[in-house]
Amino acid sequence: MLEAIGARSVEELFAAIPPAIRLERELELPGGMPEQDVYAHLRELAERNTSAEDEISFLGAGMYDHYVPALIDMLLGRSEFLTPYTPYQPEISQGGLQAMFEYQTAISELTGLPVANASVYDGPSAVAAACYLAHLANGRSRVVVSRAVHPQSRETLRTLSHGYGTQVVEVPLRNGRTDPDTWEEAIDGDVAAVVFQQPNFLGAVEDAAALAAAAKRSGAVVVGSYDPIPMGILASPGECGVDVAVGEGQTLGNRLDFGGPSFGFFAATEAHLRRMPGRIAGETRDVDGRRGFVLTLQTREQHIRREKATSNICTAQALNALAGVVYLGWLGRAGLVELGELLLQRTAYLRDSLAALDGVSLLHEQPVVRELAVELDVDGTAGVRRVIGRCQDAGINPGYPLGADYEEHPTGLLVAITEQRTRKHIDRLAAVLAEAISAEQAGCGTREEAHA
Amino acid sequence: MSREPSSETSAAVVASREGATPMQRDAAVTIFEKGAPGRRAFDCPAPGVPERDPLELLPASLRRGEPARLPEVSEPELVRHYVRLSRRNFDLDSGFYPLGSCTMKHNPRLHERVAALPGHARLHPLQDPGRAQGALELMWGLERALGEIAGLPYVSLQPAAGSQGELAGVLLTRAYHEAQGSRRTKVLTPDSAHGTNPATVTMAGYEVVKVATNADGGVDIDDLRAKVDEQVACLMLTNPNTLGIFDPAIEQIAALVHEVGATLYYDGANLNAIMGKTRPGDMGFDIVHFNLHKSFTQPHGGGGPGAGPIAVSERIEPFLPAPVITRSETADGPRFDLDHDRPRSIGRLRGFQGNYGVFVRSYAYIRSLGAEGLREASEIAVLNANYLLARLRELCGDDLPLAFGERCMHEFVLSATPLKRETGVRTLDIAKRLLDHGFHPPTVYFPLLVDEALLIEPTETETRETLDEFAQALAAIVGEAREDPQVAQSAPYTTPVRRLDEAAAAKRPVIRQAL
Repeated sequence: MLEAIGARSVEELFAAIPPAIRLERELELPGGMPEQDVYAHLRELAERNTSAEDEISFLGAGMYDHYVPALIDMLLGRSEFLTPYTPYQPEISQGGLQAMFEYQTAISELTGLPVANASVYDGPSAVAAACYLAHLANGRSRVVVSRAVHPQSRETLRTLSHGYGTQVVEVPLRNGRTDPDTWEEAIDGDVAAVVFQQPNFLGAVEDAAALAAAAKRSGAVVVGSYDPIPMGILASPGECGVDVAVGEGQTLGNRLDFGGPSFGFFAATEAHLRRMPGRIAGETRDVDGRRGFVLTLQTREQHIRREKATSNICTAQALNALAGVVYLGWLGRAGLVELGELLLQRTAYLRDSLAALDGVSLLHEQPVVRELAVELDVDGTAGVRRVIGRCQDAGINPGYPLGADYEEHPTGLLVAITEQRTRKHIDRLAAVLAEAISAEQAGCGTREEAHA
Repeated sequence: MSREPSSETSAAVVASREGATPMQRDAAVTIFEKGAPGRRAFDCPAPGVPERDPLELLPASLRRGEPARLPEVSEPELVRHYVRLSRRNFDLDSGFYPLGSCTMKHNPRLHERVAALPGHARLHPLQDPGRAQGALELMWGLERALGEIAGLPYVSLQPAAGSQGELAGVLLTRAYHEAQGSRRTKVLTPDSAHGTNPATVTMAGYEVVKVATNADGGVDIDDLRAKVDEQVACLMLTNPNTLGIFDPAIEQIAALVHEVGATLYYDGANLNAIMGKTRPGDMGFDIVHFNLHKSFTQPHGGGGPGAGPIAVSERIEPFLPAPVITRSETADGPRFDLDHDRPRSIGRLRGFQGNYGVFVRSYAYIRSLGAEGLREASEIAVLNANYLLARLRELCGDDLPLAFGERCMHEFVLSATPLKRETGVRTLDIAKRLLDHGFHPPTVYFPLLVDEALLIEPTETETRETLDEFAQALAAIVGEAREDPQVAQSAPYTTPVRRLDEAAAAKRPVIRQAL
């Protein structure tokens, strides 16, 4: 090959690199390994994690341990879906493009909004992207966000809005929901977007229609961040007057994966179509009149519009979105509703079981559909963490300590449910949690303290 | 799709004119157009708890009016539908995919196996760090490896993809300058830059200023000198650039940028050319992003997921996205943690710790290859690109000349301008005709500064035989264009659908199934 090139050595091909910046040694990395050794090493690392396979987990707070049907593993493992690049050549990418089109249809149906893109990175970045769209749409400089929006979504929004010069204002909670009076007062003619979450971070179902209506008068873009599973039974964003509905798609057929990859969904009213970020698949015809699909409205995008693009996103989460549309097809029209009602019943049972325990009180009494917040009668967030540690030692992960993000709820615990958590699991949680709280109140030492 | 064009070209042309291939006759039907009312795959478990009145738990005022009109199909229907769709995709496991700047290298299946282990796949992101030590150790190890490859020791794995890594980099630049009490307004990008660069600059609140390219394909130093001043926050550069050329003046460029106090940003899309050969940190870059879905084998999934970690120098480190992974020694050995207490951090760019499933795959890749293997990967990638370039110059150099320089790094740009002038066959036609030969076309019409560009990146994955076949296919297309330009101009013939009307799709967008 060197002969064909007319070079004497491979080194000669790197001659453009000035000598002063050539690396004259090997990289300092562990030596290479054969496949079976790499497998053994990665397996050993996996074994040092406590996964949802190893404990009964009620941990949610943005990602949930739903069952992923086996057919998703099979389909996502197919080379034809796993290994292509973004479909720049539509004639040989009809499978991926049609799947995007179907995905967009499913998200549009779910949200009750007419247009959806083919995915963004995840839920929190989708919230930030929605506010950027609002800023592009009305040029205003303030975003009003409920404090019941996921803390990571709020943080992502603050990070990105600092770049394009938008200020973020938070609206506090009242009895577990966005305080409607402060919300209304915060909204004026300078507000680009208002953001709430449904159900909110504390598990409460917000009065989404009222929150949206309060913002409509100001011309602000109404952004709702939704959990897609309860959307089967909750009033849809479209029904509530939401302009842009986004959310974390992990619950739709994606693994937990320690936080990613999953996908963010993004749907909007028709008016925002040409400001949407990311890929959009559209239907068209080929020269012989056959139905086909292409990436469309690309003049929004970075590779065409460059500095005038509506977003810089390029690679998104196509494979994860494919899992999403397959999952929604698997659940089907009736299944999504049944799953929502199932979670509703089990969450109610969970709430009653926990409320009956000594040392546990409800943080709010709003409707809950898959997750709820309680307060433990222990000493601060550290006490909650020790209770969690004790429960985990007994094989139960009781949930997420709210005090990490809400100083106003230092002893809060967020407990989530999926269809994989049965009555037996809930009963076991109640028993273990009661024991852990009384041990904590008795002041017994724990492993966690030893670590601290 | 066939690999023997000469014998089958005319047959394919005739076939397409007469009727269609079986796949072409199989018209597209969406999942929403299949099934029947009441049909289903999901068997919902019973609640198994004392049932309450659903309207008492969730009042009608908060409930949905009509159910979402999702598909109503059985499991076999669902499987057949998506397997059928999969067959209408070309993919890396099926053939050569020389998509420039996308680094379509082999995706080892070991990576899918280890990523699917429940200890990785079913690990909740908010698990107590003490019970996620394996995951944090893996991320720590990947950070160290990427830092060594970049020559910049401080790494954040958080960004979700290259474009988010870029945004992180420009926001880090902003935070750095703000900490110095300096307000700057502009970011420089070469005219050969990836589109994500200027788009990112706008999102980060800066003005884009373009720097010209010189006759050798590198940065025009005089133009840079004229534009770099105290208002410049950063220069974003890819090296080798999108022309596949390593800019030999990089040290001078770095000096010019640093003289005015700006940062130098490295777009890591082309890192596959230089692993173990030279390092962005040693070239003078302050911030690098990696595309784990390019150089580090994360399968691209038809448009993601990827991951876009960043590595930075010491002066940028305090501003890295939070949380960062820490390692401390304890009596029981090393302990890994997530440090959220980073007062000068730009904050977070997304949820949780990043695309961990991608980290597992890229970590497995780096552990498989080691230092020597990574260096060899880059060497073979550059060797393959130069070999393919040499073959193409020999076979069709007059019609598809190299746009800049004599040799290349891991990719190169041809221009179809001479062929177009003489035959009317454009780059787009060449790309479409390549589909009939069973190859994925190169990146086309990019970089923008080359007319009728074909950006070709073979990667280290390919054998000499594949490169020869591709060169011959391209030569055959050029030869065919000289005889009958119409053949390429009407291509493709053998694909599931033929040339699609993109203009109509954009003019009257139909972006969901009507129900």
